[in-house]
Amino acid sequence: MPAIRLIARLDIKGPNLIKGVHLEGLRVIGDPGAYARRYYEQGADELLYMDTVASLYGRNNLTDIVSLAARDVFVPMTVGGGVRSVEDADRLLRAGADKVAVNTAATQRPELISELARRFGSQCVVLSIEAKEREQGWEAYTDNGREHTGLDVVDWAQRGEELGAGEILLTSVDREGTATGFDLALVRAVADRVGIPVIASGGMGAAKDLKAVVQEARADAVAMAHVLHYNKLSIGEIRDYARQAGIAVRTVP
Amino acid sequence: MNVAVIDYGMGNLHSVLRAFEHLGVPASLTDDHALLLRAELLVLPGVGAFGDGMAELNRRRLIPLLQRHVSQGKPLVGICLGMQMLFETSEEFGEHKGLGLLPGGVTAIPERRQDGSRRRVPHVGWEEIVPPTEKSWRHTPLAPLAPGTAMYFVHSFAAQPADPAHILAICEHDGHPICAAVQRDNVIGFQFHPEKSGPAGLAILRALLSP
Repeated sequence: MPAIRLIARLDIKGPNLIKGVHLEGLRVIGDPGAYARRYYEQGADELLYMDTVASLYGRNNLTDIVSLAARDVFVPMTVGGGVRSVEDADRLLRAGADKVAVNTAATQRPELISELARRFGSQCVVLSIEAKEREQGWEAYTDNGREHTGLDVVDWAQRGEELGAGEILLTSVDREGTATGFDLALVRAVADRVGIPVIASGGMGAAKDLKAVVQEARADAVAMAHVLHYNKLSIGEIRDYARQAGIAVRTVP
Repeated sequence: MNVAVIDYGMGNLHSVLRAFEHLGVPASLTDDHALLLRAELLVLPGVGAFGDGMAELNRRRLIPLLQRHVSQGKPLVGICLGMQMLFETSEEFGEHKGLGLLPGGVTAIPERRQDGSRRRVPHVGWEEIVPPTEKSWRHTPLAPLAPGTAMYFVHSFAAQPADPAHILAICEHDGHPICAAVQRDNVIGFQFHPEKSGPAGLAILRALLSP
């Protein structure tokens, strides 16, 4: 098995790195370029950029931020938000992204996943799912957890895999920004259903949360924002903890 | 050194360009035959489907150019899909012919483990690479690495070299052995992405620039 990936998540609004709670109430953190370099130097395994207002404007505006980052950051970068077509994805890939994440457009037109997979390969296509708990299981949302889709998260993840997605980015809106730990039942339900890697996002507040989501919920990767942006832990500290907890992580030379 | 990255319309050609820029050796991204013929080091990167990749190379009449470059003893480096296309055949979405610069084929990573349970495919993430038993990386592009250094992989298919002597590095994905790097003289291939593997990956590219 590959090492568990430690991914720094950068939510972007306009020119700024921002952070919210439940994907809302956004607070400006700072210059995305400076944070991207910091996480690369700390040994992040990947960076994940999300344009938080892209769906509002109907397009992803991260091209400039990504192409600047691509000059100094030599680990994989996933970019999402407002990707509606093969052309949108191509633009981001040419700017320096390695993978694109789709959410809203895919819920409206699931064939988009297949079109992207056919053109760029499945490994390039991340299905981003914003999950909220409901009476039975979880429902997939779009637009930072504001818009219903009526889709069951676990079914949608499986459908996404069948359509050609190479990874699932699974964000718990309920836990996002709360630093209260991952929604383990959610991650486990999706990881058990699909064969593709699952990136757990939303809720990482302490190193012990990592152990739980990997060992109990079988996440293949974790995306972190709050703990990193607010300087609670560095990626190096999380990596050291993971190793002590018996989680296979990459040794950074 | 004059470096050219082959532009053949497939995804992810730019990262490797930026990596060379970062190392102070600006490379050109081009499908122009005159520029490619002048290059001392040719890099064939790319992600996407094997058949599409070969069709795009063919459409630009690049296949004889690559073969000529190699026959002149100049280094050709394939990365990811680029490495796979160095081989003779692939079974990705049907049977396809490759460049045939290395004997062997490209096959899917099995989606089932031996006990029938599911293996995570595509193979995505950082994996420690080592030389095959009794081989050393001295005088190869992997010389800057300590065995066991982790590199970034993302693929669903993998090369099966017919001649084990061409295998430069291996790793394992969930119990399945993966050919991570190959070399036959001036033909070099990396299944992982040196341009996405942090400082250790950049060290490999630097070694290619000053062999």
